[in-house]
Amino acid sequence: MSRKTNRITACFARLQERERKALIPYILAGDPPGKTVEVMHQMVDKGADMIELGFPFSDPVADGPVIARAHERAVSHGVTLHDVFAMVSEFRERDNDTPIVLMGYLNPVEIMGYHRFVELASEAGVDGVLMVDLPPEAAGDLLDMLHERGMDMINLITPTTSDDRMAKICRVASGYLYYVSLKGVTGAATLNTADVEQRVNHIRHFANIPVCVGFGIRDGASAAAIGRTADGVIAGSVLVSELARYGSEGQAAIDRVASTIAEMRSAMDDDRMNE
Amino acid sequence: MVDQEISESLEQHKYDQPDLMGHFGRYGGRFVAETLMGALEDLDRTWRELWRDKTFQADFDRDLADFVGRPSPLYFAGRWTRELGGAKIYLKREDLNHTGAHKINHAVGQALLAKHMGKTRIIAETGAGQHGVASATVAARLGLECVVYMGARDVKRQALNVYRMKLLGATVVPVETGSQTLKDAINEALRDWVARPEDTFYLLGTVCGPSPYPEMVRNLQSIIGREARRQILEKEGRLPEALVACVGGGSNAMGLFHEFILDKDVKLYGVEAAGHGVDTDKHAARMSSGRPGVLQGARTYLMTNEHGQIIESHSVSAGLDYPGVGPEHSYLKDIGRAQYPAATDEEALAAFRQLTRLEGIMPALESAHALAWVDKLAPTMDKDQIIICNLSGRGDKDIHTVAAIDGLEV
Repeated sequence: MSRKTNRITACFARLQERERKALIPYILAGDPPGKTVEVMHQMVDKGADMIELGFPFSDPVADGPVIARAHERAVSHGVTLHDVFAMVSEFRERDNDTPIVLMGYLNPVEIMGYHRFVELASEAGVDGVLMVDLPPEAAGDLLDMLHERGMDMINLITPTTSDDRMAKICRVASGYLYYVSLKGVTGAATLNTADVEQRVNHIRHFANIPVCVGFGIRDGASAAAIGRTADGVIAGSVLVSELARYGSEGQAAIDRVASTIAEMRSAMDDDRMNE
Repeated sequence: MVDQEISESLEQHKYDQPDLMGHFGRYGGRFVAETLMGALEDLDRTWRELWRDKTFQADFDRDLADFVGRPSPLYFAGRWTRELGGAKIYLKREDLNHTGAHKINHAVGQALLAKHMGKTRIIAETGAGQHGVASATVAARLGLECVVYMGARDVKRQALNVYRMKLLGATVVPVETGSQTLKDAINEALRDWVARPEDTFYLLGTVCGPSPYPEMVRNLQSIIGREARRQILEKEGRLPEALVACVGGGSNAMGLFHEFILDKDVKLYGVEAAGHGVDTDKHAARMSSGRPGVLQGARTYLMTNEHGQIIESHSVSAGLDYPGVGPEHSYLKDIGRAQYPAATDEEALAAFRQLTRLEGIMPALESAHALAWVDKLAPTMDKDQIIICNLSGRGDKDIHTVAAIDGLEV
């Protein structure tokens, strides 16, 4: 299938030219309420290259307590997929380059209907979709609809993914691969950089698209360490837990997210220059 | 169209659900994150190998006989039958099993599997506590570590079972997220499993979840229906007109139904919890008011709002208080093979009292929902017709709940 170059492909091409690695923050849409678009712009200003935007679900089984609680808060505030599309549209008014990947669980998409979901996501300016609980062997219909609209389906690879599965996943994957660096749910313990390096190099035997790494990245040092091997670094729980303090700390919580991104960015870039 | 093909295949005496990917028609499947795929593929492979293995079958049969106490009796409820004045009512006495419910059947089977796979740690979720007790029991017997996840609300309403699990050496972890019931306990067990797939076996307690659980638990529970069939043929020389069982996740119902699916003259009734009433917002009647969606690894009927968020269920019985249902039940509903009426809290409590007083058998509140449907169904049938109702568990664990409703503290 011939597909036009989308924002994700363009973004990685730009980064490669500048010998820079992608910094990809994850936040949950609608947590805290009304602040998501502002946070997205701030993160881009401080050096984020791409944004993974979670959409809320009542039963986020692959997430640890930090992100699971964010889902609970957003669900209790009644944040819907329509609201999430509205946030993306609003973001696009000022930023037409930064790729946005929607990440979430299947049921809200099933209930909305795949066709409508893909249509509305595309109109809003979404570039990729990562469905946590939709394995590639069951993704057929959604995958085709996304590709028709020039969007990518981002897939996960984990430390327990067999070579057979990796080959299967790489056949359908586009945009980038998301390597989950740790066993467990999001927000789990610290990571072993040497293991990650070995695994990422192994994945490259199967993949001809960028490999980004998430789970366990919480500061400049871990971002820089992962940035040495991966094409991109994904940070989620640390940012979501900072935003969780918005209720008690207000704007200071958003400022802290911005400074965390700035710290990761400069650590990753300094690391490149020292090589 | 698909439904018609399936109805035709039932005519031809074939029932080959699910397919190798765990699909019951459009339902079931394996909708989990990649983080769990490896563990599920291992389980699937070992399960398929062992289920055909003669040694495993012999070990399973021996445990069911000597440890569980099978076969469980098929009891003719004479006074209740006369009281209702219609069909003859037989009760399949799963309440007489070791640990007091049908849950021990699949727990024993899955424990053999865990042992075979070299796992040293068992995790389980529980609603009413019966599956938790069964899991703690088989873990104690095999010397395996056991962690049971239980919704914080259920921990309160099933205090007796919580203490039983602790006596058996299990760690009970109260789950404070979401509705603090069975659904949230399953979420937490899945999270645990993702983190420790090498040494941990997830002993799932019903015919829900990702493939292969719905098929595996059904097969391990199908002993109920095989015995019931043999027993009713011995006692009556023919098959019953109807089978009745309560449906939370649906393991006791699938266990009873499976052996009879091709007997089209045997009506299958799975009774859901109507809570305060199906037209209120406090019930667990997924089949009557829900719609298909994806939850906890399977496509199935769910209680979900129009934005795809799962709605909290309600039932007086913790074991039926679940917003999803086993995918095979969704399939049997759609092809019209089984029907899924609902009984309210009040109707279940009335049936609980009725069976206790008329037959000297105190049923679990879950099973009382099935009895409540028998109470409606039997009088509409002839006296020479037969109903088999699955008495899936005993009521000891519910005495506090019933006493509280009576305004007593015991």
